[in-house]
Amino acid sequence: MAKVLMKGNEAIGEAAIRAGCKNYFAYPITPQSEVAEYLAKRMPEVDGVFLQGESEVAVGYMIFGASACGERVMTTSSSPGVSLMGEAISYISAAQCPAVFVNIMRGGPGLGGILPSQGDYFQATKGGGHGDYHLLVLAPDGVQEAVEMTMKAFGLAEKYRGPVMILGDGLIGQMMEPVEFPDDLMTEPSNKDDWATSGMDTRKSDKRNLVRSLFLDPKELNDNNLALKAKYEQMKKEEVLYEGYNTDTDYKVLIVSYGTMSRVCKTSIDMMKQDGIEVGLLRPKSLFPFPEDAVFKASTKESCQSVISIEMSMGQMVEDVERCVKGQRKVDFYGECGGDIPTPEKIIEIIKGLL
Amino acid sequence: MQTEIKFAGFGGQGILLSAKLLAYAAMKQGFFVAWVPSYGPEMRGGTAYCTVVISDKRIGSPIIKNPSHLVAMNRPSLEKFANDVKPGGVIFINSSLIPTRSERDDITELIVPANDIATKAGSIRAANIVALSAFVAKTKIVDLELLKNCVKNEFAAKAKIIPLNMKAFDEGVNSANNN
Repeated sequence: MAKVLMKGNEAIGEAAIRAGCKNYFAYPITPQSEVAEYLAKRMPEVDGVFLQGESEVAVGYMIFGASACGERVMTTSSSPGVSLMGEAISYISAAQCPAVFVNIMRGGPGLGGILPSQGDYFQATKGGGHGDYHLLVLAPDGVQEAVEMTMKAFGLAEKYRGPVMILGDGLIGQMMEPVEFPDDLMTEPSNKDDWATSGMDTRKSDKRNLVRSLFLDPKELNDNNLALKAKYEQMKKEEVLYEGYNTDTDYKVLIVSYGTMSRVCKTSIDMMKQDGIEVGLLRPKSLFPFPEDAVFKASTKESCQSVISIEMSMGQMVEDVERCVKGQRKVDFYGECGGDIPTPEKIIEIIKGLL
Repeated sequence: MQTEIKFAGFGGQGILLSAKLLAYAAMKQGFFVAWVPSYGPEMRGGTAYCTVVISDKRIGSPIIKNPSHLVAMNRPSLEKFANDVKPGGVIFINSSLIPTRSERDDITELIVPANDIATKAGSIRAANIVALSAFVAKTKIVDLELLKNCVKNEFAAKAKIIPLNMKAFDEGVNSANNN
């Protein structure tokens, strides 16, 4: 298929359609409202359902309902809206239902601002809702990757029967880039007969399915948590994604950065290379599971003297970087989070300060 | 090789559309492109600006502080962004609305009364197309015929206004050639 020029938000909407998503429920919020605008038009064309909820709290439970029925379902929101969905996300995780959540991050905390941010790293990777659960979190660095990750997310959500989150930011949502929609990322919906509450007449089995997140028997609750834990361990083995940039050189500094921020770092690395300064970049594409081994290996390369996590936050992913470096190198941090994205020149100044 | 163009003006002047048409033509010509709008909290009539990045390699940072060129459609835009343009660049000045100049001697000014030309061609609303075609005629960033086709396709659903925009496009090219 030929490339088309699309806004990240619209491309995410189209990617969901191509992946067979027939249910999209959302509540508008800048900087991701174009997803809702796009799907309000597009869903009826594929006999799908677009529904604007009365709030993000309601949307969270609409998602729960559709996913409990075994439907492919997605919502998109931005930071404050995702906070409101936190409770439902926890319930969906406990009840082991597949669903896709997209967070096009804006500055926080509170209502914050409407410009790009990476301030929801903790929320996405460490919880956000209550209880022992994780989301599988994918972080695109542009419109094409946002499309590919969104398309894959539906299959991953079904593979692990749990919520998958696409963690983008306002720039990725608002920016237009050329995109292709690869056909081979479309996965067939998995067999849901043994768990989905889709109605007895829709499936062959006589077994009654029950979707719930309440387990009053301590053993039952412990077993459910062990089942979730087993999935997270499997994700750590099978779903780790990352990219190395300029890592085949004898770099003295390793940057760890993801999403929009990593693109600025790449430009800085190219500029420093012209001055004979080699800097490596390790870009996590999956934030949970985090590329633990890759970060450890890249940071302990002989030439590497120090590691720096660069984020559009006040220092969140840096905690995971420190954990993975295991004290073998000094780990620094640089971040800005008012909505202005640090420039390549600023990054170079920070890196030169480490040399 | 990477070129960055900042388009700036009032909300309603068609800034985002001109920029999109340029990005689209560059994509058709095989370049990597990124179209990055400003989306801060602005009120109606406030400033709108947008940056197009065109490159023969994958684009790293799409956030550009110092663009290669500037298309300024109103006076506040020229005053705000003229000094950001890299030396050697082109600054398009919509002289219908901008009585001042950039006061720089290390760039080339392209002075075109885009609103007047558009009005003469049939509607002031085509001023953004005049500016786009004049700017591309001067800088040759993309193929002019290809760009013209992109403009035509953009208005495919409103066939009535295609002749107006084609005329505005040609007049923009003429004004650049006579500049």
